[in-house]
Amino acid sequence: MTKCINIDGVNVPFEEGQTIMQAAENAGVYIPHLCHHAGYAPHGSCKLCSVRVNGRVCTACTFPAAEGQSVINNSRELQADRRRLTQMLFVEGNHNCPSCEKSGDCRLQAVAYYLRMEDDHFPLFYPPRPLDSSHPDILIEHNRCIVCSLCVRASRDIDGKNVFAVSGRGAHKHLIVNSPSGRLGDSDISTDDAAAHICPTGAILIKGQAFHRPIGQRLYDLERIDGSPHAGEASHEA
Amino acid sequence: MQDFITKTVAAAEGQPQRLLEMLRAVQQAYGYVPPDAVEFLSAQLGLPRGEISAVVEFYGFLSSSPQGVYRIVFSDSITDRMLGNQALFRLLADLLQVQPGVVSSDGLVSLDFTSCTGLCEQGPAALVNGWPLPALTEDKIARIAGLVKQRIPLLDWPGYLFEVNDYIRQPGLLLQNPIAPGQALQAWRERGAAAVLEELEVSGLRGRGGAGFKTALKWRLCAEEAGPERVVVCNADEGEPGTFKDRVLLRLYADQVFEGMTLCAAIIGARQGFLYLRGEYLFLLEPLRQILRSRRELGLLGENISGFGFDFDIEIRLGAGAYICGEESALIESLEGKPGVPRNRPPYPVARGYLQRPTVVNNVETFLAAAAIGVYGGAWFAAAGAGRSSGTKILSISGDCARPGIYEYAFGVEMAEILRDCGTEDVLCVQVGGPSGTLIDSSELQRKLSYEDLASGGSLMVFNRGRDVLGIVQNFTHFFAHESCGFCTPCRVGSRLLQNQLDKIINGHGSAGDVAELTGIAHLLKNYSHCGLGQTAANPVLHALQRFPELYESRLKKISYEPGFDLDAALEVARRMARRDDPAAHLAQTEEEAHD
Ligand SMILES: Cc1cc2nc3c(=O)[nH]c(=O)nc-3n(C[C@H](O)[C@H](O)[C@H](O)COP(=O)(O)O)c2cc1C
Ligand code: SF4
Ligand code: FES
Repeated sequence: MTKCINIDGVNVPFEEGQTIMQAAENAGVYIPHLCHHAGYAPHGSCKLCSVRVNGRVCTACTFPAAEGQSVINNSRELQADRRRLTQMLFVEGNHNCPSCEKSGDCRLQAVAYYLRMEDDHFPLFYPPRPLDSSHPDILIEHNRCIVCSLCVRASRDIDGKNVFAVSGRGAHKHLIVNSPSGRLGDSDISTDDAAAHICPTGAILIKGQAFHRPIGQRLYDLERIDGSPHAGEASHEA
Repeated sequence: MQDFITKTVAAAEGQPQRLLEMLRAVQQAYGYVPPDAVEFLSAQLGLPRGEISAVVEFYGFLSSSPQGVYRIVFSDSITDRMLGNQALFRLLADLLQVQPGVVSSDGLVSLDFTSCTGLCEQGPAALVNGWPLPALTEDKIARIAGLVKQRIPLLDWPGYLFEVNDYIRQPGLLLQNPIAPGQALQAWRERGAAAVLEELEVSGLRGRGGAGFKTALKWRLCAEEAGPERVVVCNADEGEPGTFKDRVLLRLYADQVFEGMTLCAAIIGARQGFLYLRGEYLFLLEPLRQILRSRRELGLLGENISGFGFDFDIEIRLGAGAYICGEESALIESLEGKPGVPRNRPPYPVARGYLQRPTVVNNVETFLAAAAIGVYGGAWFAAAGAGRSSGTKILSISGDCARPGIYEYAFGVEMAEILRDCGTEDVLCVQVGGPSGTLIDSSELQRKLSYEDLASGGSLMVFNRGRDVLGIVQNFTHFFAHESCGFCTPCRVGSRLLQNQLDKIINGHGSAGDVAELTGIAHLLKNYSHCGLGQTAANPVLHALQRFPELYESRLKKISYEPGFDLDAALEVARRMARRDDPAAHLAQTEEEAHD
C-alpha cells in the first residue's frame, strides 16, 4: 500500500525519505517556492513554501512527508503571507521588471504574479549593489539577487566547482565569487555550468541573449508558474 | 605571512573545523584577515576561499578590512546605556580624535559598539582586542586614552582596568551545594548509567538555556541513536542581553560543569566534548584550560577515566561575536568552522549534530545541575520548584536595582519577591528572559518564574519609572536586526523593516497606519522565521504595544499616512550648497501639514 499525505483535501502519495515538496511535485500539486529546485539539496531559506502541517507552519521543501500528515497549502492566510514575503524580497533588492532581460522567464516575477502582488507594500531599501560584468559570457547583476543559494549549490554539487558562496550576516548577506579578485571573470565558471543557468531571477545571466525570445512568448507569458493558463484569471485562493 | 599561516594551521592540527580559531589568530596578529591569509588558508586547508571569506564576514570579531592596533568596542546592551555608555563612548572618541566605526588615520585605534558583552551588573563595559574593560568611568576612559596614545602594549595596562567581579547575591540549592571533583562520576560508577538517568528523570530537570527541553529525555534520545561516535556540547555562548550567570558559573563552578559534561558522556557513550565559549569570554579561556588540565591530572578526563575504562575529553572552542551561535544548530555549524546559520530540522542534533554525529547540546547551568543531581539525587532537586518547573533557576539581575548580580531561586517565586531581594523601588517594567523573553509591567509582579508563566534563560532586567520604554524597545529591536544571521527572508528583511518602522514612529514620523504595520511585520517574523531569533525578534515591540499603547500613540502624527523619509531633511544638502534657509527653501512633509 502506498503511503499518503493529504494536501488541501487531496491524497498525495509519497515515498519514505521524500519531503512534502517532492511528494507535491510528483503529484502535480504546486507549492510556491524560490530556493527549492528539484534535484538540488533542500535549503529552506526563502520561506515561500511555508505550509501548515497538522496546524504548524513548516517549509514544504525541507520537511519530511509522513503518513497521516494533513497539509494546508492553499489558504487565504498562507497566500497573503507568502505575498508579503515576496514583497520583502522585492524591497530588499533593486528589482525593475520592465527593464529586466529576464522578464517573463523570471521565477520571482512569476511567483509574484501568482500571489497577486500588485505593489511593493514595504518601503524600498534601495541598496547600492555593484554589477559584475568582468566575465566575457556571464553577467552578475547583484541588484536582483535574492540569496536563494541555488547557484552556490549548483556550482558545488553539480558542476563540482565552488564558484559561488554566500557571505555576510543579516542584511549584509550577499553572493560572492570564489576567485582571487572576487570577480566572476577570474573564476572558472563556464556557460555550460548549471550554476550559470539556475538563477530564478535575472541576477546571473548569459550575455548577449537578452531578447532572443521576445517578450510575450516567454515561459511565464505562456502559462502561470503553477502551470495553469493565464486566461480567465482562475482563482487560486481557497 | 605564509609562515604565520603555516604555524597557525599546524597549531590547529590542520582541522578545517578549527577555522574560526585560525582566523581569530590571524585577526589578532594582523588586525584583520588580509586577502593573502585567505589564500594561504584556502591552499593549506583545501577549503574554497569563498567559504573562508564567508566565515570572516559572518562573525563580528573578524574583519576583512584593517582595524586599529587597539580595537575598542563598547557593549551596547540597554543596561550599559542606562549606566551612561554613550557619553563615555563620545568622551573616548574625543580624546582619541577618532570617528565611530572608522579606523584612525594613523591606524592606531578603532572604536565601535558591540552587542551585550555579559558584564551588565558591572557596566558600562567595553572590550579592547577582546579583553573586558568593566565598570568604566570617566577616569578610566582618560587612562585608557592615555595608554592607547602612548602605544602601551595591552599586557602592560594596569590590572584594575580588567578586573571582573563575581557578585553572587543569593545562592540556593545548587550554588550552596557544590560537589567535589569526581563525585558524580563515582555515583555513576556505583549505581550505573540507567540509575543515574533515572535520577535525572525524577529530578524533572529541563534545559536552562531557554527552550526547557527535558534533559533526561535528550540524553536518552541521543544514547539510543545508532553510530559509533557521540558528542557532548556545552553551550556557553550566553548571548542573550542581560545574561551573565554562565560567566560566573564558569568562573567559580567550572569543575562541576565539566563533571556534568563527563557524566553525560559516560551515560550516552561519548568520547568527544566541546565547550563553546562566546568570544566575549576570552578572559575565561586560560583559567578553564587550566581546570581541564587539572582534571586530566586527576584522571577525571582523558583515557580510562578514574580507571572506569571510559575515554572522554573536552576541547574549548571560542566564538567570535555572533548571538545566533547560541542557537544549538548554529552553534554546531560554528563548531565545524562555518558561519553560524541554523540548520533545518529534522534532523535534530541528538540524531545528527557535530559532523553528523549524535550530539547532546546543553546549557552550562544544565550540566551544573545534572552533576549535582548525580550526587544528591533527583528527589533532592525536585523538592524545590513547582509543577512542571522543578528545581531552582539561576538568574542574572541587572538594571535599576541596588544589588545587581547572581540570584538562585526555586521555580515558582513571584517577581515581587525577586524585586524586593535585589533592592528595587518604583519599578515601571521588567524584562524577563532578555529581549527575546517577556516584558511585564508593575501590575504583573505577582507572576511567577516558571516555564509555564515567565520563563527565563537567566536574564532579568529592571527598569524604573522615568525610563523610556520605547527607547528600550528600540535597543532590543536593533539588536535583533544586527544579529539576524540573514538566512531566511522573514528575519533578514523583516527584522530590518521592523527596526525602520519603529524608528519612524519613535522619530515622530509615524501615523496610525504605521502601528498596524508594525504588527503586520511582527506576524511574519513570528510565524515564518527559520529559528528562534526571528520568531522572537518582534516580542519587545508587541509586548510594549500591549502594555504601553499610549507611548506609541503619543509619537504619532494626526494624519493617516506619513512617508518614511523626511522630505525637508532631504533638501538639506541643496540648501547648504545654495546657502539658503528661507521659508521657501523648506518643504512640508505632507499636504495636511502644509495647511496646518
Ligand atoms: C537565537 C538563540 C540564541 C540562543 N542562545 C543560547 C545561549 O546563549 N545559551 C544557551 O544555553 N542556549 C541558547 N539558546 C537555546 C539553544 O538553542 C538550546 O536550546 C540550548 O542550548 C539547549 O540546552 P538546554 O536544554 O540545556 O537549555 C538559544 C536559542 C536561540 C534561538
Ligand atoms: S530567523 Fe533570523 S537568525 Fe534565524 S535563520 Fe532566519 S535569518 Fe537566521
Ligand atoms: S522553497 Fe522552501 S524555503 Fe524556499
